[in-house]
Amino acid sequence: MNSNGTFGEQQYYGPATVARTLRRDPWWVEALLTALVLGGFVVYATWVAFQPFDYAHAGPYLSPFYSPCLSANCGEHVSLPLIGSWWNLSPAFLILWIPAGFRLTCYYYRKAYYRSFWWAPPGCAVRDARSGYSGETAFPLVLQNIHRYFFYLATLVLAFLWWDAALAFRFDDGFGVGMGTLVLTANAALLSLYSISCHSCRHLCGGRLDVFSKAPGRYRIWRLVSRFNEHHMFYAWISLFGVALTDVYVRLVAMGILHDIRFF
Amino acid sequence: MASDYTIRLWRGDATGGDFCEFRVSVEPGMVVLDVIHKIQATQANDLAVRWNCKAGKCGSCSAEVNGRPRLTCMTRMNLFQPGETITVAPMKTFPLIRDLVTDVSFNFQVARQVPAFKPKAREADGTYRMQQEDIDRVQEFHKCIECFLCQNVCHVIRDHPEHKRHFAGPRMFVRYAALEMHPLDTNDRRELLKQKMGLGLCNITKCCTEVCPESIHITDNAIIPLKERLVDEFYDPLTRLLKKLTGRQ
Repeated sequence: MNSNGTFGEQQYYGPATVARTLRRDPWWVEALLTALVLGGFVVYATWVAFQPFDYAHAGPYLSPFYSPCLSANCGEHVSLPLIGSWWNLSPAFLILWIPAGFRLTCYYYRKAYYRSFWWAPPGCAVRDARSGYSGETAFPLVLQNIHRYFFYLATLVLAFLWWDAALAFRFDDGFGVGMGTLVLTANAALLSLYSISCHSCRHLCGGRLDVFSKAPGRYRIWRLVSRFNEHHMFYAWISLFGVALTDVYVRLVAMGILHDIRFF
Repeated sequence: MASDYTIRLWRGDATGGDFCEFRVSVEPGMVVLDVIHKIQATQANDLAVRWNCKAGKCGSCSAEVNGRPRLTCMTRMNLFQPGETITVAPMKTFPLIRDLVTDVSFNFQVARQVPAFKPKAREADGTYRMQQEDIDRVQEFHKCIECFLCQNVCHVIRDHPEHKRHFAGPRMFVRYAALEMHPLDTNDRRELLKQKMGLGLCNITKCCTEVCPESIHITDNAIIPLKERLVDEFYDPLTRLLKKLTGRQ
């Protein structure tokens, strides 16, 4: 080790000093697509949050962006009456920070946005965009370490989404199943897969143990969660699309553009 | 049937150098390392290249092929189109010795700082016992061949060499994970991982996992579980409170 604490000097060579990378494959496609889709979702979610509640529900269906509905201005769709009628903003503001925080601190999404928005790095063996780097050691990125708390809160929200899915079977004329019922149920199922496959969930279920044989129950749960965890990226994307499409469906039905098909 | 390729090889040492082009006839079944050996035998006898087993098990022939960190002995030439120009460069993260050979001693110096395995007390019959399910998880980490492709591709030290003084890198995190999760080990390395080994510098962009020739899930199975263990100890007051109340570790 040198006196300055480094292990020899960094050796740059030839074109690598000029070019960001020697890679010739389209490494930028993944980063670009991720930026477009994630950016598109953020824009859509922000737009939804600013919309009035009127088009967030249709019959027994409630958009997942507003659930659980905590304020009195949710009318008959209020899930938990915590906030009184003084709240006259969109009820989405009261709840969206939880799923947003859960996804923002998610280990998969961190990879996605560090690559596509931060460019740290934009691709493997592609030089970082910035000269300085402190990783997740300093504020605000050190807050990524509270991911498990967002997991706890998101699990609570998920319980309400399942409750909404159950309520979607209850029509004015009694029990029934409409297209929206299936959409809300599928959305809750996809979000459950995303939550169960979470890395923090995997750790809390049993990953923190060193001796599995002394906790056979937790070991079995850990193995199950680990199998889901292998597909966490897939569940992250598909549940993201699921939430957006569920909101679009409820919104279009509420606006009268789509007619909800009633199966029985 | 043989096909002709143009190979751009880095030639030079710590004082400077450039890419040199070689035209090579490639037979079916050849890998990049075969081509390099052919160039060494016929066109550039003084070409420096490190290799050993030619079977993807010794981890010696790591280089960057068309900018992607790879084992040259496991990179088949039929990945490329006949007539294509292929660039082979030394690993960028480590100091260059000559041509394709780099000084990877950084990794061995960091390895020396890993606190050793410290087993718990023996059983009453003088043996150690553990169950298969206790040890299954760390078997994956023992597949590492120390090719250091993960260390090479990790942007924390590749693009920010100033972090070499306080960042162990993905290969060493795999080693830490193997020890931390070992059912018999009693050493606690979490403070060291946070304060001196720079686990927080890793932003889990998974390049180490992508380049691992042994398909070790470095990020998902080693780095993230280690990060979660650090959260247990340093960032989660609820867990610490529960530990205090229950007296369990």
